[in-house]
Amino acid sequence: MSVLSLQSVSLAFPADRDSRETRLVLDGVTLHLASDEFIAVIGRSGSGKTSLLNLAAGFLKPTSGRVSVDGADITGPAADRAVVFQDDALYPWLNARDNVAFPLKLRGIAKGERRLRADELLAKVGLENAGSKNIWELSGGMRQRVGIARALASEPRFLLLDEPLGALDALTRTRLQQFLLKVWSESKTGALLITHSIEEAMLLATRVVVLAPNPGRIIADIPASFGRQLLGGKSLQDIKDSPEYRRLHDGLTGLIHADSEEEAA
Amino acid sequence: MTINIGSIAPVAPAAPAVTEAQRPKRSPGTLPVSLATIIAIIAAWSLASAYGLVSPLFLPSPLIVLKAIYSVAVNGFVDSTLAQHTLASLLRIFAALAAALVIGIPAGLAIGTSRIGKGILDPIVEFLRPLPPLAYLPLIIIWIGIGEASKITVIALAMLPPIILSTAAGVKSAPADFINAARSFGATRLQILVQVILPSAIPSILTGTRIALGAGWSTLVAAELVAASRGLGFMIQSAAQFLVTDIVIAGIIVIAVIAFLFEILARLLERWFVPWAAHR
Ligand SMILES: Nc1ncnc2c1ncn2[C@@H]1O[C@H](COP(=O)(O)OP(=O)(O)OP(=O)(O)O)[C@@H](O)[C@H]1O
Ligand SMILES: [Mg+2]
Repeated sequence: MSVLSLQSVSLAFPADRDSRETRLVLDGVTLHLASDEFIAVIGRSGSGKTSLLNLAAGFLKPTSGRVSVDGADITGPAADRAVVFQDDALYPWLNARDNVAFPLKLRGIAKGERRLRADELLAKVGLENAGSKNIWELSGGMRQRVGIARALASEPRFLLLDEPLGALDALTRTRLQQFLLKVWSESKTGALLITHSIEEAMLLATRVVVLAPNPGRIIADIPASFGRQLLGGKSLQDIKDSPEYRRLHDGLTGLIHADSEEEAA
Repeated sequence: MTINIGSIAPVAPAAPAVTEAQRPKRSPGTLPVSLATIIAIIAAWSLASAYGLVSPLFLPSPLIVLKAIYSVAVNGFVDSTLAQHTLASLLRIFAALAAALVIGIPAGLAIGTSRIGKGILDPIVEFLRPLPPLAYLPLIIIWIGIGEASKITVIALAMLPPIILSTAAGVKSAPADFINAARSFGATRLQILVQVILPSAIPSILTGTRIALGAGWSTLVAAELVAASRGLGFMIQSAAQFLVTDIVIAGIIVIAVIAFLFEILARLLERWFVPWAAHR
């Protein structure tokens, strides 16, 4: 079991282009993600969710505080933390299979084996027939599944997902949520999911973290078990009708809402 | 309401419908007009020479020019046939293009990816770019003689700036997410350069190559006017000295046709190598 830790992490950006003043985007964020957990981070636009994920990925360095895996400070991005992007970031010059095989190619795995493993992963995400398709021939939902398969090919200990389902229609989104849950439960990786949707956070995560803006800080960190119930075979409707679901949903909505009123005042 | 919409219908909604229908076919609208223009110019040219408005010494008729092309193709002019002149020119162009790509792409990558590379190469490119190649041709002839090497060097120098600059621009156009994705899969700097940044830059490099071919082609003809014993530019220059105007015009037409074919070839290459560029 591994743990990805952010300890009292703060991040400041230059306030504007040529001034030396800085603006605090994240303030004293502490978050531990174990490799059997699924953490969802919700918060309003601009609350620093992407910044948080970029710090965890190693794309950004914290202004203060530590980011570490199993106690060792990270020095940048590495293959143990694979990222799935909101705009899929698939390489258009590679077909779907070669995109999935890309992390394997980086590791110098032979072509035949790459192909085999990529096809396995494509089958796992339900795209067994799309291997030789060009990226631009795929729908948004298919692309995100290729993106997830590509991240899994890297065999990471942690999956970092920045609103991967944000651009999809409601129906595709619901299907992919369940798919993501299944992939996560089978892959034994820790997952950090950034999302705008309270419902998505509640249905997938084992913990829901709420980020308040200006500066971004964690105002709630709440365990949830609805994902496990879904995996256990309970129907989506039954879960949503349960009082505990309603209570948490109202609570989280209140947190985000209260925060925006404080903002307006 | 419906009456209002009906009354403007013939004008307003028709316009977007037409552009929409034409877009996939790559503006067929201008082709007939362009063809008509070309025919009109040739007709005016024929009339001008048929009625003796211009002396045949200055402007031979299209038919005579056609005959000149045929004669140069079969009998040759100043010791070489048209094919030999053309081949000599094309060899220079492609040798120079190969050299310019081999030097220009790494230089562009260096400018686009490294502060030091940019610091070193920017002033050199910016010095070279605005210079007319013919200004430094004499110097290059002094340095490396009057043979093939000096011509190829001048043409390659003319091709370098567009290739370097377009490669550097292509590097900058590589989306940050593309690079970050590779980094999160553990890619090394070299792997990112070769497997992410370079492919991202290829559409831009191809555009630069197209511009370079144009620059190279005009430099070639000019360089051959100065120093050559074979080539289309040389053929024109020799014909002009003997006032063989029909061959001068024949040479110009051959040069124009080849430049046009380059353009088509470049577009085919683009569609072939980077079909995805149209879908970004
Ligand atoms: N590179 C940067 N330079 C300066 N400011 C930045 C930079 N990146 C982000 N910011 C600022 O930091 C704040 C948090 O941005 P971030 O992208 O992390 O928010 P977010 O919660 O992901 O928002 P969204 O939900 O819209 O994606 C924003 O106010 C943004 O303007
Ligand atoms: Mg974001």
